[in-house]
Amino acid sequence: MAEFEPKVIAFVCNWCTYTGADLTGTSRIKHASNVRIIRLPCTGRIDFMLLMKAFAKGADGIIVSGCHPNDCHYTSGNFHARRRWIVYRSLLNFMGVDIRRIIFSWVSAAEGAKWAEVVNTAVNEFRALGPYDEYKNLAPIRANWRTEHAG
Amino acid sequence: MQDKIRQKARELLSSGAVKVVIGYGEGTGSRVRALFIQRPEDADRLIMDERCVQNLAVYLTKHEVRAIGKPAIVAKMPVIRSINQLAYEEQFNEGDIAVIGISDSDELVDLPDLTSVREYAAKNPLLLTAEERAELDKLETMTREERWNYWLEELSNCIKCYACRASCPMCYCPRCTVEVNQPQWISVPAHEIGNVEWHIMRAMHLAGRCVNCGECTRACPVKIPLRLLNQRIIADIAVNFGQSEDYALAAFNPNDKEDFIR
Repeated sequence: MAEFEPKVIAFVCNWCTYTGADLTGTSRIKHASNVRIIRLPCTGRIDFMLLMKAFAKGADGIIVSGCHPNDCHYTSGNFHARRRWIVYRSLLNFMGVDIRRIIFSWVSAAEGAKWAEVVNTAVNEFRALGPYDEYKNLAPIRANWRTEHAG
Repeated sequence: MQDKIRQKARELLSSGAVKVVIGYGEGTGSRVRALFIQRPEDADRLIMDERCVQNLAVYLTKHEVRAIGKPAIVAKMPVIRSINQLAYEEQFNEGDIAVIGISDSDELVDLPDLTSVREYAAKNPLLLTAEERAELDKLETMTREERWNYWLEELSNCIKCYACRASCPMCYCPRCTVEVNQPQWISVPAHEIGNVEWHIMRAMHLAGRCVNCGECTRACPVKIPLRLLNQRIIADIAVNFGQSEDYALAAFNPNDKEDFIR
């Protein structure tokens, strides 16, 4: 059997990490291809429900990344986001959600190499953790759910 | 105590200072219900005893209550905190409500304006009791898998009645995320995934706003220990951001910890 390849969703901010990831590409640095990037205006815009949805839809790991403190395009979006993550991580851990599967980082527009490193480390860690069936199996598969329960 | 509340209510209503007094009264059986007293002669129906624990602040944002006119509200400590938070969120302005404050030692507290409410709330910081801490610690000592199974077990009882939301003074949004279906944020059936999502969302939307009145847990018909989630966040906010008058998640400190960020 082929080795398990984790499905990774990255929620990144438009101004730093997305541009940084762009630089990774233009610098022709290779990184694991498991990651699907979702670009949002700011880390402050990354609603915690987006992360829950990613897990429910089958993500095995999540990367959340944005501008370094003091570099936010909107001045303080990342500071607000950081506070929210502190509370959110603790709440998820308290509820028994595997918080090792959510990786937070700051990657600036100039850190193309750092982005590749963040992705590679994250993917290796998620691969070692295995599929996150515990969470995604809670979700009823919509097509089946209709045929089984709606008669 | 009861007599003082009745007298105060009578004064407020007969002077025309308020249109309605929100307080506690006898319900059916030995239960207590919320009363909306609009005539001075009805003030004697108000009661105050150890059964009167409901957080009445939930009614302050209801349009049916607002339609009556300026309310006065019988407010013990959790209600005073709720009023303070609602005022912070600009749900009402100075002069929109009157408060019949009751201290923890069962004395009437004079709270003539919202500034005095804020000062009184600041003097009595929101802290978890030793028993509440112990309950959190008990869960913290479990392994992650045990906690996950514990919550799945508890949340599997959830019937999505949203009584926790209806009873919460802070859940006043005219349109809750749970009712949004484009996109569908919370799975609708009372199924595990939707239950987990709903309770994470409820706790997160109350982060920094919850006053730990325990109304959600009392309202829950299937006895889910909802308060634990809110108390976990209250404890985290106190540890990480310190006690502050501000809504913790609307503020920030450039030096907030970031040991978990790479």
